[in-house]
Amino acid sequence: MTVEAAHPPPAVAAAEYDIRLIGLTKRFGDDVVAVDDISLDIDRGHFFALLGPSGCGKTTTLRMIGGFEEPTEGRIELGGVDVAPLPPYKRDVNTVFQSYALFPHLSIFENVAFGLRRRGVKGSQLRTRVIESLELVGLAGLEKRKPRQLSGGQQQRIALARALVNRPRVLLLDEPLGALDLKLRKEMQLELKRIQHEVGITFVHVTHDQEEAMTMADRIVIMNGGHIEQLGTPTELYESPRTAFVAGFLGVSNLLEGTAVAEDRVKLADGTEVRCPREVLGGRSGTVQIGVRPEKLRIGEGAGNTLSGTVTESAYIGVSTQYILDTPAGPVTVYMQNDRPGGQVATGERLTLSWSPESTFVVDTQEGTQ
Amino acid sequence: MTSVAVEARRPRRSAPAKSLAFVRRHLLTLWSVLFFGYLVLPIAVVAVFSFNAPKGRFNFQWEHFTFSNWTHWNAIPGIQSAVQLSLEIAVIASILATALGTLMALALVRYGFRGRGTTNFVVFLPLSTPEIVLGASLLTLFLNFSTPLGFKTILIAHVMFCVSFAVVTVKARLVGFDRHLEEAAMDLGANEWTTFQKVTLPLIAPAILAALLLCFAISIDDFVVTYFVAGSRVTFPIFVWGAARVATPPQINVIGIAFFVIAVTAMLGNVFVQNYRAKQA
Ligand SMILES: Nc1ncnc2c1ncn2[C@@H]1O[C@H](COP(=O)(O)OP(=O)(O)O)[C@@H](O)[C@H]1O
Ligand SMILES: [Mg+2]
Repeated sequence: MTVEAAHPPPAVAAAEYDIRLIGLTKRFGDDVVAVDDISLDIDRGHFFALLGPSGCGKTTTLRMIGGFEEPTEGRIELGGVDVAPLPPYKRDVNTVFQSYALFPHLSIFENVAFGLRRRGVKGSQLRTRVIESLELVGLAGLEKRKPRQLSGGQQQRIALARALVNRPRVLLLDEPLGALDLKLRKEMQLELKRIQHEVGITFVHVTHDQEEAMTMADRIVIMNGGHIEQLGTPTELYESPRTAFVAGFLGVSNLLEGTAVAEDRVKLADGTEVRCPREVLGGRSGTVQIGVRPEKLRIGEGAGNTLSGTVTESAYIGVSTQYILDTPAGPVTVYMQNDRPGGQVATGERLTLSWSPESTFVVDTQEGTQ
Repeated sequence: MTSVAVEARRPRRSAPAKSLAFVRRHLLTLWSVLFFGYLVLPIAVVAVFSFNAPKGRFNFQWEHFTFSNWTHWNAIPGIQSAVQLSLEIAVIASILATALGTLMALALVRYGFRGRGTTNFVVFLPLSTPEIVLGASLLTLFLNFSTPLGFKTILIAHVMFCVSFAVVTVKARLVGFDRHLEEAAMDLGANEWTTFQKVTLPLIAPAILAALLLCFAISIDDFVVTYFVAGSRVTFPIFVWGAARVATPPQINVIGIAFFVIAVTAMLGNVFVQNYRAKQA
């Protein structure tokens, strides 16, 4: 299965792919399929996020790219070369481990210098590059310390410096911010993005935090149960999720069952017909599921699609109020701005909702639907 | 509980109550001192009697102080060669056993191979088998293979029972070892051997050193197993045992205390180095 981005970036030559995974599969024992036939191209210089719930095979994928886990099937190409038979120390990638894995018996300087020494860099050149790398992460001056004398956030930065100092083709990061508290995490998200921009190295960032992936990555691939659900830019994935899983994993969405009755028309369970862009429906026929994000819904009649229902629940969340409506096509969530006093709607009241056909997406009902 | 009772009684402060309170408060200290004395007293006696100048052949009664036992430590025929043999065996056996034990521990912790459970069990056998049984069965084995008894058989026996201690000591350290450290080294361009040298070895070094010292201490004072497999060779413990039937020269105390001091110094040195490294890290 090859997953293509909906809008590929302006013609890139095949050699410009930094990483190419082809039919990559990893089985542990007979019954655990951690990674299931993944094919994926990662462009040079991109900030790429591997996003998915815990246990979906992100770490295993990363470990196969790094060389710590042998693929059961498939190929891994780095810059056009098949690296599957190569040990980790012969691959031009570096990893930032979730546990940081700083060498406790070595000073910060020697930790960062470790990779350079293995490549025979010595003397003043070694020193310059180590200091440069520490400056990049904002920790110059700590080189005499031992890892245990640093805070979690500082250790995280050292792990980053230690990997980046080797100027690898690709940097792999396995939930690098997972152990940090929320404030530090937000700070490091911006910091990582700045550093990636500065060094221009391809980053493959593993995370289970959809917000983190959305804010940091140019490209996101969403994984679920060992396979790829969808690949695209954060906007593409949010605006036009192609599976129910993606729609549900990235924010809240309303999914309604219906039947395709024309190239751009779906009849919902209650008989209401809704319009959606032709390319979104993509020539489907029979039973389909359409979706619309709660914030795209307007209360009241309007141009485009409409749907009515009874308010069954309301929750006040400050700037807006969230209502859940019971419609003949299924439950629908909608947000309403609290822009005027007394604008609340009581439970039991009937409401009519409207939205633009362009905000409608269609998800596959068979594969990947939960 | 005790301290609560003491607090409650404080206002009255009668003399017997006060002394009772004192005893209660210092019970743990007293107990510790007694126990420490129990441990140290025999050693102290041996040490003191190494400076004795006994009248007869037995060094059981204090006569007067002398340094001559220390300056003439090898004045007893056979003692020097016995000490030498014990030292040689202990040094070689502890190095071999620690090297073997470290490799076995690495294999046992790192790799899932067929027979791992069995190996784990077999490693524990020498630790739990009575020495007398071990010695007797080793002798049977050597006789069956018509191996001439002597230096080699002593060495084989010592390596055998020391290995288990080395394996257990190093394994304990490896179990808590973060495998990602080795992966990180490889990720940064170190091959298997460099990774072992630069990361694995420095991190398990304290355990290896501890295993070495432990093996040395166990080997140098082993009597039971050694007696079975020594043939005509005489190690220091065998010498002492032989000598004790006709005489106990104070030189035995001298050698004993010397070994003790060396062993304790080495252990303290190890503890000190580890504390220093922990503070540095
Ligand atoms: N060494 C292993 N042996 C057996 N199963 C494993 C091993 N590593 C991972 N798995 C299984 O593979 C699946 C994917 O794991 P992982 O790649 O760590 O997921 P993620 O990083 O997305 O949380 C999980 O079900 C996990 O239990
Ligand atoms: Mg993981």
